[in-house]
Amino acid sequence: MPEDLNVLIDAAIDRHKSVPGGLLPLLHDIQDRVGYVPETAVPAIAAALNLSRAEVHGVISFYHHFRSNPAGRHVVQVCRAEACQSVGAEDTLESLREALGIDLHQTTKDGAFTLEPIYCLGNCACGPSVMIDGELRGRVAAGAVSALLSEVGGRP
Amino acid sequence: MSVRIFVPRDASARSLGADRVAAAIQAEARARAIDVEIVRNGSRGLMWLEPLVEVVTSAGRVAYGPVTAADVPALFDAGLPAGGPHPLRVGDIEDHPYFAKQERLCFARVGITDPVSVADYEAHGGLRGLRRALEMGSADIVAAIAGSGLRGRGGAAFPTGIKWKTVLDTPSTQKYVVCNADEGDSGTFSDRMIMEGDPLVLVEGMLIAGLATGATQGYIYLRSEYPDAERALLEAIAAARKHGILGDDVLGSGRRFELEVRRGAGAYICGEETSLLESLEGKRGVVRFKPPVPAVSGLFGRPTVLNNVITFASVPIILDRGADFYRDYGMGRSRGTLPIQLTGNIRHGGLVEKAFGVTLRELLHDYGGGSASGRPIKAVQVGGPLGAYVPESQFDLPFDYEAFAAVGAMVGHGGIVVFDDTANMARLARYAMEFCAIESCGKCTPCRIGSTRGVEVMDRIIAGTDRAGQADLLRELCDTMLHGSLCALGGMTPFPVQSALKHFPEDFGLPRSALAAAA
Repeated sequence: MPEDLNVLIDAAIDRHKSVPGGLLPLLHDIQDRVGYVPETAVPAIAAALNLSRAEVHGVISFYHHFRSNPAGRHVVQVCRAEACQSVGAEDTLESLREALGIDLHQTTKDGAFTLEPIYCLGNCACGPSVMIDGELRGRVAAGAVSALLSEVGGRP
Repeated sequence: MSVRIFVPRDASARSLGADRVAAAIQAEARARAIDVEIVRNGSRGLMWLEPLVEVVTSAGRVAYGPVTAADVPALFDAGLPAGGPHPLRVGDIEDHPYFAKQERLCFARVGITDPVSVADYEAHGGLRGLRRALEMGSADIVAAIAGSGLRGRGGAAFPTGIKWKTVLDTPSTQKYVVCNADEGDSGTFSDRMIMEGDPLVLVEGMLIAGLATGATQGYIYLRSEYPDAERALLEAIAAARKHGILGDDVLGSGRRFELEVRRGAGAYICGEETSLLESLEGKRGVVRFKPPVPAVSGLFGRPTVLNNVITFASVPIILDRGADFYRDYGMGRSRGTLPIQLTGNIRHGGLVEKAFGVTLRELLHDYGGGSASGRPIKAVQVGGPLGAYVPESQFDLPFDYEAFAAVGAMVGHGGIVVFDDTANMARLARYAMEFCAIESCGKCTPCRIGSTRGVEVMDRIIAGTDRAGQADLLRELCDTMLHGSLCALGGMTPFPVQSALKHFPEDFGLPRSALAAAA
């Protein structure tokens, strides 16, 4: 793994290794800075927290939020939960699939967008809801998708 | 004198452009040489009016909404700083019928104050409950909570006083207070609104829980989908620490309490209390067997008070105004008020805090104004993805834990998701199974395997393959999940499925009469 990534991960481990139940905060720290949790970080985390590699891998793979590979430059998360469904979230998702040419859990070939499902953003009176790069957007009807994508990533 | 203008920092308001509105107001005021102070408040909860801008005038607060950045110059032309007339002018929001008829105890300050200002918090009744608690013994605090009739607002409705007494009575050198802020149910956002709109009330409630039980360390387990709430909580906790509310010497009492926010990682199951504790300990969020209950052996094996955000946020007012004051609201064994969330396909979605006893019909029509699409309401789902679908014939049901349970429904966290007559209930039943399969922790077989089999059975029903036979299979599968699952995820996923099948058999391609005969 590149030198600077190594340094960054070691620093994150130092910040959290003595925190009670510190594995999730540590993984968040790494993902917030690197964008994902590199698999090469697992042995160092395991050693510092006195866990097996399997345990660390098990935690990373259990939670939907953690990713082991880099995402696209923009992450588009579409709410699929009931309240958004009741106002057309499935149509919004279909528009996003069409506009980006990818399905859920995929990244566009140019690495610009990753499309993911999310289950409730707590914006249930203002759906359909989409989160783009951590920013919540309300009332994203199917017809509003292309304007939203071009605003974010310069795409039609 | 600068003009005080409120623009919400609430995530819903921001999702509809509140930041752009705030920036436009700032720019417009500067261009017109008007001195303004913009306060980023919580939301008043009238979501169809967001972003809702309020101006403090000599005649009180005047609201405008929904405001876009493009409206701002015209609003200034109309004399917004003095509350001037404009088509978007709503007037005093507290006179609005949606707001005026509410009973806001838990949400008393939300939307009114600067959420992270301790001075504002105190000026509006904050810290009175904590000060009272500091003068009382632990047992008296617990007795007050028990006497108020408060039950867990996360969904399970367990009496809070009994839980706290168990923690108080369990000897240990270390105890914890944990707040479940993993508000994952679709159709709910009251926790989020409190954390963004009045986070100090949560801090105060958790502190009182610490005083009541002898716990000195608190954790707020917050879902990762709520970055706005995280920012507000961190600001509020820092302010509380600075003002000596949190720390080694709580308000000069010599008592100690520390509080930390821990971020979840996108697992619905971590809203289940034992799974949440596993996650807080840094592990996979796999459900624990009970007993022991968390009150006896919770976080790191220590006695732990574990309550939902709204439960903790209801505590300060009980200590401040007394158990009787709180208990006087409500009906039957459901005492006090419940912040109800009107969501989905509803014209006037938002937050309505009412005493228990309000009916679904009042909420859907008097407050909600019917569906957003203008079409008839077909069904509502109450209590999140594990709640039953309630048909129109049951809309006179009062909000009461026992009344809901009697018809196989649940109040849960008070979320109501509205569907109009275009909704396909078989698709929603399939979704319930699919969601369970995605979110199952995998510990018990009925949930882990049953949910996947459930999706397959639903697919066959939707495709029209042996519908009657598959419906029988579905009923049997639901029965197994209901009785054999370790926690509420597998154990309650059948509720939306069974209720959809029972009330809307035609959506499953089944005749109503045949089903009635089989039942």
